[in-house]
Amino acid sequence: MTVLVLVEPDGGAVDELSLQALALARELGEPLEALLVGPGGAEAAGGLGAHGVVRAHVADDERLGAYAPGAWARCVTDLAATLEPSAIVAPGSNRGNEVLAHVGARLGLPFAANCTHVQPGAPLELTRVRWGGSLLEEARLHGSPALLSSAPHMVAAGTVNGADAPQVDRFAPALDDADLAVRVSEHVEAVTSGISLAEAKVVVSGGRGVGSAEGFAILEELAEQLNAAVGCSRVVTSAGWRPHTDQVGQTGTKVSPDLYIACGISGATQHIAGCKGAKKILAINSDAEAPILMSADYAVIGDLTEIVPAITAELRKAQAS
Amino acid sequence: MVLTADEQALETRHLGFTISPHEECGVEEAVRIVEQQGGEVTVLTLGPPEAEEQIRETLAIGADRGILLATDGEEWDPEATAAAIVEQARDYNLIIFGNESADSGNYQVGIRVAYALGRPVAIGLKGLTVADGRVRCEQEVSGGRDIYDLPLPAVVSVLEGINLPRYPSVPAKLRARQKPVETITPQPDEARLEKVRLVVPAGQGKQAEILGEGAGAAPAVVNVMRDLGVA
Repeated sequence: MTVLVLVEPDGGAVDELSLQALALARELGEPLEALLVGPGGAEAAGGLGAHGVVRAHVADDERLGAYAPGAWARCVTDLAATLEPSAIVAPGSNRGNEVLAHVGARLGLPFAANCTHVQPGAPLELTRVRWGGSLLEEARLHGSPALLSSAPHMVAAGTVNGADAPQVDRFAPALDDADLAVRVSEHVEAVTSGISLAEAKVVVSGGRGVGSAEGFAILEELAEQLNAAVGCSRVVTSAGWRPHTDQVGQTGTKVSPDLYIACGISGATQHIAGCKGAKKILAINSDAEAPILMSADYAVIGDLTEIVPAITAELRKAQAS
Repeated sequence: MVLTADEQALETRHLGFTISPHEECGVEEAVRIVEQQGGEVTVLTLGPPEAEEQIRETLAIGADRGILLATDGEEWDPEATAAAIVEQARDYNLIIFGNESADSGNYQVGIRVAYALGRPVAIGLKGLTVADGRVRCEQEVSGGRDIYDLPLPAVVSVLEGINLPRYPSVPAKLRARQKPVETITPQPDEARLEKVRLVVPAGQGKQAEILGEGAGAAPAVVNVMRDLGVA
């Protein structure tokens, strides 16, 4: 038996979430076959040997240039019909989850999203995350092939030793009009200003404790000094102090900076779900008992309107000397 | 987080319930579409009988009627949830879901319903425009927005941020009490994504290192930033 893994190319390389899906798939202890769909697939396939892939299948059809979830699902089901894998694993990305949900609906199979561990067997046993990662569920999946997606940033991507480059096979999926009916028909470029929250090395984030929209000025100054992005908690966007695009949390952006600075943020599970991917968290809070201190690595206790400008000044001083 | 003794659920005796963020925005979006274009909004949820309270909240922000698919409080897997919804969802031009549930995060119920009804489906949306029998769907992706254009009837799922939901007025809350809520008690098939138990992950409850109090802690903070290579 084999395991089929959906791999998303990222400009000729392999997307990080796909590497995490490959790591999850290796827990099943079977040879891995990869499916790559869309532009960049063939280029990305070459590097997959180090991730345990013995054979990569590149879907070849010019109609796959624009993303169409039904067409991607057709590529999966066509390939699965030939390979008869024991499991199909997708990255914990929007598209990975979307495609496997389509596959589940098409094949009449259950699908477990957000998995952190799997153990082969019938039924397959797995652990998945809930509540944006603050709770784990142990579950059994009754269906073959087992449909699984990995939980984002909860499975460490790794490599295997002594692996050769995989065999690369091109195949032509039997796409029909229905598979292509829903597709990206247009892409609108964003008018971006500053550093993207999802990709920033440092995020300076504010919560209820910032007090007002104007209160964010001192956070913006610190962010500028650190070349950081500014984020906020859900309370702040609900109050209209910042746009929703700045929200870090389970229902906002999930960030993974080297340092996350949480200013006046109490630390609700909804918020922690969005920032626990940070390497380190610094909490600045007036309340030494705030829940954020249970998730933070460092804390400064006191009035953020004094502490934040003092850090900015200290950074400027250090830079000048 | 505290679990019940049988490890099947969160201990909720001392907690309140709310509508999840994506779903709250979904209701607001439906109400706005109907305010502009006419029609009727039906809100459906699957949950324990107490969930009628959340349906009443949506009636107060402008939905017209509610359907409660009442369970005995046990959680249903996504296939069973979708099957129960399909039975009640055949007669609508547009079916709006929250993108994923806050608690179980299965990312699939809307798609399963769409397939069962033979409807097109787009998910993860931050913009909807209904016009001329079609719905233009906007999805945030890296570097911008992808657009999907679906013919109605269609199924979509939305994300928080698509709108800022309104707060209900007191008169609207009173009117909501008079609006119809139908309760249906479907029977689930055996779960094929079978929950065994819930576990509170280890590692919660770490304690932050206190770098200091007030502005005087700034040099210590900058030292940490240097150690992390960010300053």
